Amino acid sequence: MDVRLAAGVTAGKLSGRAIRLLGRGGGTAAPGLIANLIEPNILNKLTGKVRGGRIVVAGTNGKTTTSRMLANILEQADLRVIHNRSGSNLVRGISAAFAAQSSWSGEPRGDIAVIESDEAAFPDVVQRVNPRVILLLNLFRDQLDRYGELDTIASRWRASFERLRPDQTLLVNGDDPALTAITEDIAARRFLFGIETSRYLLPELPHAVDSALCRRCGAPLRYPQLFLSHLGEYVCDSCGFRRPPLDFAASEVELHGLDSVSLQLAHDESAFDLSLAIPGLYNAYNAIAAASAALAVGVGPALIAETLGEFRSAFGRIERVSYRGRQVVIVLVKNPVGFDEVLRMLAAASLSEPALIVINDLDADGRDVSWLWDVNVEQLADGSAPIYTSGIRGADMAVRLKYAGIATERIQPLGALANSFEKFVDAIPEGGSGYILPTYTAMLELRRMLARRGAVTDFWEQ
Amino acid sequence: MKLSICWLYGSSMNIYGDRGNVLALAQRCRWRGIEAEIVQHGLGDSLEPRVHDIYFWGGGQDREQINVSADVQGAKGETLKAEIEDGAPLLSVCGGYQLLGHYYRPADGADLPGIGLFDATTTAGNERFIGNIVIESSEFGELVGFENHSGLTHLGPTSEPLGKVRVGRGNNGVDGTEGCRYRNAIGCYMHGALLPKNPLLSDFLICAALRRRYGIDVLPVLDDSLETTAHASAVGRALARR
Repeated sequence: MDVRLAAGVTAGKLSGRAIRLLGRGGGTAAPGLIANLIEPNILNKLTGKVRGGRIVVAGTNGKTTTSRMLANILEQADLRVIHNRSGSNLVRGISAAFAAQSSWSGEPRGDIAVIESDEAAFPDVVQRVNPRVILLLNLFRDQLDRYGELDTIASRWRASFERLRPDQTLLVNGDDPALTAITEDIAARRFLFGIETSRYLLPELPHAVDSALCRRCGAPLRYPQLFLSHLGEYVCDSCGFRRPPLDFAASEVELHGLDSVSLQLAHDESAFDLSLAIPGLYNAYNAIAAASAALAVGVGPALIAETLGEFRSAFGRIERVSYRGRQVVIVLVKNPVGFDEVLRMLAAASLSEPALIVINDLDADGRDVSWLWDVNVEQLADGSAPIYTSGIRGADMAVRLKYAGIATERIQPLGALANSFEKFVDAIPEGGSGYILPTYTAMLELRRMLARRGAVTDFWEQ
Repeated sequence: MKLSICWLYGSSMNIYGDRGNVLALAQRCRWRGIEAEIVQHGLGDSLEPRVHDIYFWGGGQDREQINVSADVQGAKGETLKAEIEDGAPLLSVCGGYQLLGHYYRPADGADLPGIGLFDATTTAGNERFIGNIVIESSEFGELVGFENHSGLTHLGPTSEPLGKVRVGRGNNGVDGTEGCRYRNAIGCYMHGALLPKNPLLSDFLICAALRRRYGIDVLPVLDDSLETTAHASAVGRALARR
């Protein structure tokens, strides 16, 4: 027995239990920190024992949802899956999840692992867990104060791909020119997934797109078809770089407002339908990614379609809560692209219900709120419903709304979330619904408030 | 009345919500009945004198800054300098600010030449200054933003800083200065976006433009209560997280 490993696992397990018993939260990261102090190689050792291999999921947006979709599919295929399900995705959080899902002596209780990784931690995670499959979703501008510029992340990822071997597989969103460029000419096998549709096109690149230039030659990319942020079919007229043929291609995409999406996924000359019970083009991408990864490890289409059809949203991403006779729809917003897509759904549904936008600036939200200016808030200018603002930086959001041309009568600044939540609920007619758009820590605070009122369960119990 | 807002290199240099600065200028014109046109000026475009009324130049990633540095040399840089000498207002943030100085010296590789509008030079530093920043300016009072840079800017003897740092690091983290002022041009490291939360600064730029184009010196007053609240909350946050 590896005594050091067992000690690390034991420390991780016990501290996780203690934290939950003390009511200090879910204990999703600190136990991993403690376990790593005792055995710095705990993650390398535990993951090395998972026979069916490790699938690492990375990207700016959608990694928690996609990982959950994939883990659900693999579980439906009767595999025991180890997964950092809470979304705690740094080395310590992943270590904590593995410790919790291993025996006291350090034997992981799983056939296969799905590991969601933070963008900055990704090279380290890849080096430690030796993945069988790497699933790359997208690279968008995100918390610049934490991650630095997009180019920095892309360069670090590229360096990490250069160490991959031919027996490893990269599954890449081919609609993202930054990802296809940094995964060219590497030893690992590469397969691309993406979308073919002419129905939901953006007229032009949105503001603040970081990958508008060709990574090979620096010329502007041209998009015959643009779906979401800088994702689409692209071509560089200067050097010939273009979207390569897709190995997993989604077509017949149909969006149904805030409710659902359907599409057809083609692979190897066969195709199957996917109907999702969660909305938005971004969730279509998540489902395509999860389905492609499941196909790549040998799961059949029928099981994939069935599981994804029953999939409900990952923690806090989009949630419907009944409270005081109203329906409150909570949709997480955490970076410009995600926020844009949420507003796109709301605008398409010609929102007439009140909305509450809650902006915090704690470390997990991004301390710099300038990203609000990269969000296309102008989409809401045509509506008439009031928009309430709250959170530590709610005042910044109110100004953002004003400069987006939203009538000042519609802008209703409320104070701290603790004092404004009930006021917002009061503003929703009984029997009606309202939308809350919180940043990450605001979402946690909101859920704690709702849990105290008995309206939701705690996230680590999900 | 109409003002033309020229957004220099907006398609390649637009980071940290810099767009908010352009929006603030345009909206604060429109709310006063002044038509505002936003013109994107890109790589290879030519710059003509007295066509535009306000210039804005934001920050970019290193890769993009190299192309822009080359593009702004020669006739274009000279035109821009002549415009400023002629009284045109300009706001530049981070990368744009650096390229308006004499040069930017990266950690490795050749210097990126600027145009020397500001008597200032910038050298890549080892530490990244990230956080809320509050400065005191004798002209504009208290200004608040968010800085995120590793470049260290040193002002030459003929330069005036925009203000003194109260919270944060500023030009170089050592001499307590932030930004640079020359005629109606401003350079600084303050994102946020800067102008929406510092409406006095927006109005200074608009006012200078109206004076140059139309000889008008007074601006109708706007209700800035949301802006003032956001300014105060950002300053409070900066002090609390210091």
